[in-house]
Amino acid sequence: MAGEESTSAIMDDHETLISTTDVELLKRAWRNEKAAPEILQYESSLVQRIKEQIELVEQNVEMFEGDGIDPLTVSLYQMDLDRTQFLLRSYLRVRLQKIEEYLFHILKTDEHLNRLSKPEQMFARRCTDDLGNHLDETVLSKLPDNYQSVLKQSITSEEDDMVPAPRLDTFVICKAKQYLSSIDFEPEYSMEITEMERDLLTFACYKFIKKPLEKGKIDLV
Amino acid sequence: MAGQSDSHLSLFSPEEVEFMAEDELVEIVPNLRMDSLNFICGDYGPFYPQIATQVPLWLAVALKKRGKCTIRPPQWMSIENLTRVLEGERDSHAFQPLPFHYVEISRLLFDHAREDIPDIYMVRSLIEDIRDVRFHKVETNLEKFTASTVTWKNMSAMEVNIIRAFSGRALQAFYKHENEHMMPDTDRTQDRQPQILNAPKRNLKPR
Repeated sequence: MAGEESTSAIMDDHETLISTTDVELLKRAWRNEKAAPEILQYESSLVQRIKEQIELVEQNVEMFEGDGIDPLTVSLYQMDLDRTQFLLRSYLRVRLQKIEEYLFHILKTDEHLNRLSKPEQMFARRCTDDLGNHLDETVLSKLPDNYQSVLKQSITSEEDDMVPAPRLDTFVICKAKQYLSSIDFEPEYSMEITEMERDLLTFACYKFIKKPLEKGKIDLV
Repeated sequence: MAGQSDSHLSLFSPEEVEFMAEDELVEIVPNLRMDSLNFICGDYGPFYPQIATQVPLWLAVALKKRGKCTIRPPQWMSIENLTRVLEGERDSHAFQPLPFHYVEISRLLFDHAREDIPDIYMVRSLIEDIRDVRFHKVETNLEKFTASTVTWKNMSAMEVNIIRAFSGRALQAFYKHENEHMMPDTDRTQDRQPQILNAPKRNLKPR
């Protein structure tokens, strides 16, 4: 799967290998996901690791309460837990919102579908079925034969012109983690973007920076 | 969930920006003995009375609220530095270097640790002035940009967040018009297009 783990690309960076916690990585994934117009690759192993850590701390907190550990300490662990859970929930929730919005678009190609986790794929399929049925029953079946497709305005449409797609020309704010030169960007945008300074806030069209973003060289802000 | 921005997918609510700022490290001086805290977000402590240590801001505020520590205001919040920054902001078009989350950090410290900040009124008014000058600069900058990519040195998180929606859409419109003659219109989400083409004024809403 292309770009299965964008975190693994990040991990190559010596500096981040030492100093980055999973929470930091999740925060990055959450920010990127929130800021990007389209759905990004699901961070499966990162989410798995975070879930395990959350479970562990949950058990610890319960144990602490039983052991009569200082309530202050317990409440601080609880706060850390709450913060991590907020991040995780928000990350998953943003993805669900995007899946709902771009349902038919995502299901159209394997490239997009493969960015979803298994449960997300199930969710997408169920939503599509339900929405499709609903539209059929309430509207489409009552229209003339030529206009009954969920995906097209009429059978004369060459493309699926009733499928909302994310706008890849949205402008996003990003920061490069290292100096990026023209080879880091897609050649087709060589006119628009040639380099990016490290840590400099840049407004750029999402499609220009999609490649370095997937490689983990850029963070969205 | 409270504080989650849901109306626009790509926007961060001020609460979410503050949430991010709460992970910045500050120095505290605890007044209690406490073992190391092995959090998911990292290990902190052990804590000894009167021995300074670094913790994330949220933890500092939590301890402070319970009267378990004093917070040492960061270096950049000294009157000398802030005076210098304010002068610099007034004299030049560029943004002076400040922490990415300076607005949120100072706000949180003012709210929760006022007695730990020497000359708090002075510090507070300096930071407010700096913020005003910078926000004004942000606004004047908005009138100028036209290129397909725009860079800003030293702009802070809140400043970015405030102009995100507006400038994003404006740049998108510029880009679209510039490229109209080159590309046939392959845009399939027709419904959003007229908004950008015909009613640019409606995009002026701050967020």
